[in-house]
Amino acid sequence: MTPAGLEISGGETALFWVIAPLMVLAALGLLFVKRAVHAAMCLVFVMVSMAILYIAQEAPFLGVVQVVVYTGAVMMLFLFVLMLVGVDASDSLTETIRGQRWIGVLIGIGLAAVLAGVVARAAFPPAVGLSGGDPGGIANPTALARVLFGDYGVAMEAVGVLLVTAAVGALVLTHRRRLTPKRTQRSVADSRIKALPDGVVLTPLPSPGVYARSNAMDTPALGPDGEQVPQSVSRVLRIRGQERPAPDIPAAELVETRVSAEEEA
Amino acid sequence: MNDVIGLAPWLVGFPLIGAAILLLGGKATDRWGHWLGVLASAASGVVGFILMFRMIGMPAEERSVDHHLWTWLSAGDLDVDLGIRLDPLSLTFVMLVTFVGTLIHVYSVAYMDHDPHRRRFFAYLNLFVAAMLTLVLADSYLLLFVGWEGVGLASYLLIGFWDTGRPAARENAVAAKKAFVMNRVGDMGLIAAMALLFANTGALDFATTLSDDGVGSLSQATATAVGLCLLLAACGKSAQFPLQAWLGDAMAGPTPVSALIHAATMVTAGVYLMVRSGPILEAAPTAQLVVVLVGAVTLLFGAVVGTAKDDIKKALAASTMSQIGYMMLAAGLGPAGYAFAIFHLLTHGFFKAGLFLGAGSVMHAMGDETDMRRYGGLSRFLPITWITMGLGWLAILGIPPFSGFWSKDGIIEAAFIPVDGQPWRAWVFGSVTVLGAAITAFYMTRLFFMTFGGRRPRWKDNRHPHEGSPLMWWPLVFLGVGSAALGAVLGIGGTFTTWLEPVVGHAEHHEPVLPVPVIMTVTILVVVLGALLAFRMYAVNVVPEEAPRGSVLTRAARRDLYQDAANETLVMRPALGLARVVEAGDREVVDRGWAALPQTVSWFGSVFRRAQSGYVRSYAAGMAGGVLVIAVVAWLVGGLGGAQ
Amino acid sequence: MDITNYVVLAAALFAIGATTVLLRRNAIVVFMGVELMLNATNLAFVTFARMHGDVTGQVLAFFVMVVAAAEVVVGLAIIVTIFRTRRSASVDDVNLLRG
Repeated sequence: MTPAGLEISGGETALFWVIAPLMVLAALGLLFVKRAVHAAMCLVFVMVSMAILYIAQEAPFLGVVQVVVYTGAVMMLFLFVLMLVGVDASDSLTETIRGQRWIGVLIGIGLAAVLAGVVARAAFPPAVGLSGGDPGGIANPTALARVLFGDYGVAMEAVGVLLVTAAVGALVLTHRRRLTPKRTQRSVADSRIKALPDGVVLTPLPSPGVYARSNAMDTPALGPDGEQVPQSVSRVLRIRGQERPAPDIPAAELVETRVSAEEEA
Repeated sequence: MNDVIGLAPWLVGFPLIGAAILLLGGKATDRWGHWLGVLASAASGVVGFILMFRMIGMPAEERSVDHHLWTWLSAGDLDVDLGIRLDPLSLTFVMLVTFVGTLIHVYSVAYMDHDPHRRRFFAYLNLFVAAMLTLVLADSYLLLFVGWEGVGLASYLLIGFWDTGRPAARENAVAAKKAFVMNRVGDMGLIAAMALLFANTGALDFATTLSDDGVGSLSQATATAVGLCLLLAACGKSAQFPLQAWLGDAMAGPTPVSALIHAATMVTAGVYLMVRSGPILEAAPTAQLVVVLVGAVTLLFGAVVGTAKDDIKKALAASTMSQIGYMMLAAGLGPAGYAFAIFHLLTHGFFKAGLFLGAGSVMHAMGDETDMRRYGGLSRFLPITWITMGLGWLAILGIPPFSGFWSKDGIIEAAFIPVDGQPWRAWVFGSVTVLGAAITAFYMTRLFFMTFGGRRPRWKDNRHPHEGSPLMWWPLVFLGVGSAALGAVLGIGGTFTTWLEPVVGHAEHHEPVLPVPVIMTVTILVVVLGALLAFRMYAVNVVPEEAPRGSVLTRAARRDLYQDAANETLVMRPALGLARVVEAGDREVVDRGWAALPQTVSWFGSVFRRAQSGYVRSYAAGMAGGVLVIAVVAWLVGGLGGAQ
Repeated sequence: MDITNYVVLAAALFAIGATTVLLRRNAIVVFMGVELMLNATNLAFVTFARMHGDVTGQVLAFFVMVVAAAEVVVGLAIIVTIFRTRRSASVDDVNLLRG
């Protein structure tokens, strides 16, 4: 069979030139964004784009697997872990290891240069294309399956074992042994009663936002004496400084009202 | 002969089995073990008698039988058969060892009666008898060496028999070690001699090496070297100058041991070796001269030391050394002396064993006191010991017709026989032997009268000396009779000389430089003079209980003519210094050199340790950098991707 | 367009992924860098499969994905464990093995 050569369609060319720069940009985002969540989103973008390129390159099966496995499973796992560790755990980009930044940049550039050089100087054979000159060629998933379960049957089995092992390994690694007695409802109640002299309140904390004009989560409740009750606002909001004390509300509302009035006018 | 030759291995076998049973049987054999020891030795003696009577009945030229037992070693060119040589020489020794040995075994039953380790003592005695018989019956130098080492081991074990590990018994341990170490020096000589013999004749058995062909294949220089090496061995075993220092200290062992090993048998093994190796020595006149010189020096050395010793056993030890000096001297004189050397060895074995056992009897009576200045007037209390030791005394003096006369006179006459081209030798060595006889007379008379004579006893009142049990004095009687009569029985008409002729060869009769009657008269005269002098000093005069300071010579003799100081200065200290230098070299050069290696490794470690920062990103950078370097190198070297 | 453009893209993504691994300190982001590198190689595999007309390249890419999935599971479990004990997801805090 003489290689008939591969004609890359104009559509594919356009697709490539649109997607490739975006992918590189998203990848660079991995390097430069501050928050891990953003980095994860960049990676998701790269991976989805990769899936598109697979499909464009006559690998529909891999494209689907890419979406299912990477964006669907792997990246979701990343996001779960990020949530466990803390969404907001941002990375300071200041370098702590002396010289590591320059070494990293140099090696990165060096790798890029070497790879580019290799690609540039390599003598690639003329591209054939998977269905090549044989229009009646077997469709992709089937061809892939033939090779996968034919030539690579043993490897397939081994990979299956690897996956099971990895799952068990992850379970073992994240398993926590109970070092203290389990906290039951009763023990919680007992400990709170025991802590009464230290000023712990037995009743539920007041709910926030019980206020004439606003009933938002970030607004503290007012006590019978008209004073604000700080405990009524969620601890997280308090720590982040996102609570809104009652006295601020009328002023803010005033501004809001005025702005909307002006807009109406 | 062939019908009884099968018995020959039992000569060694009986005592060896006895030793094995006693050593392995442990406490179970405590009750009857000593009698088993006596029995084993006596059985060996009976076998010896049977063999000797058969040999006497054979014509003289057939009186040398090599009984092959089995092939012992077969390594390359060296084939050593284990075999037994039966000839008049070895049988003479067999009779001496088993007869005297059995008597001493019997004596020991009583002497060691109160010792808790009597069984072990008899095991060692049997071991000694077996080893000594191996030594004399061996048909090759290698098997002889086995016996040689065996008697050394037995000697070591028995000298240190009373070493209990407590500080009080230190003397025993030191004496045993001293004997062992000095014997090792001699053993080196025997090993070197064997190596030389094997290198030059390709064999170690007597039949080959001592034959005319075997000796003929040795050059004059080699024969001299072999002779001197053998002499070194003999000096170690027989306490000859310059390896004589151990014998006096060896008296720390039990007295029967001194009698059997360090008087009658083992110490004469050197003389046996010389006589056995006679053909080699005859091929090396220089070595022969050295043998004679060593004998003469030791003869006078021992005699001089003997005059000053107050310890009865040490005096006897010095006397032994001196008498073996006589034998060595005779052994160096060639065929004329061999027979007399062995003859004197035999008679000496009897009278010296008798003297030692007598000394043991005296010590037994005196509560283990050995200082003769604490004896005196014992003849009334110990009549049997007195008479038997008196016979031994007369024998060693060489008074006719007691046995020492027949053998010692023969040596003195042989010493006066002129040697071609060296007329001085006859005069010098003849005079030395006569002088030695005079000094011997002096110190033995001194010993005898300090012990038994004297006007009044010098011991403390609480001692009640008495004869021991019959088991102790019967051996004394036997040995006393031997001291008196053996010389005459074997010496008159040259019976013994003829008996040994198949081994040592026939000696051409040479006339001494002086007529024989003159020599005999002069010798007896000086002996009587020496004895009278000692009698006057120690029997007529009162012996002081504390030793007087004495002349320079007396003080030197008391300290064994400074032999230990000489050994220390000449050998021990230089060796110690050398050891220190070597040790310092090892520590400073070798150890430091090797220590530098791990230090270098450690230094590299401390340097490269810094790369292990613990930062996983640094490691990743290292990996990525490595990949980069490899890729670049591969590109540059292999033209990666450069193929067209 | 030349098909080698895909390879160039793969090379660029790989280099960026490697640099991410070297420069970022958040363990999760470092991990993402590793994933990016794996994806870049996958792209190269797929491209070569197409170039040579042989589907084996895609099979290899498939295996890489599976192994990467397993690796992510274990790796993230390790990160979670470390975070539990050290309250930090920075790779620089885990330097107990310093020589």
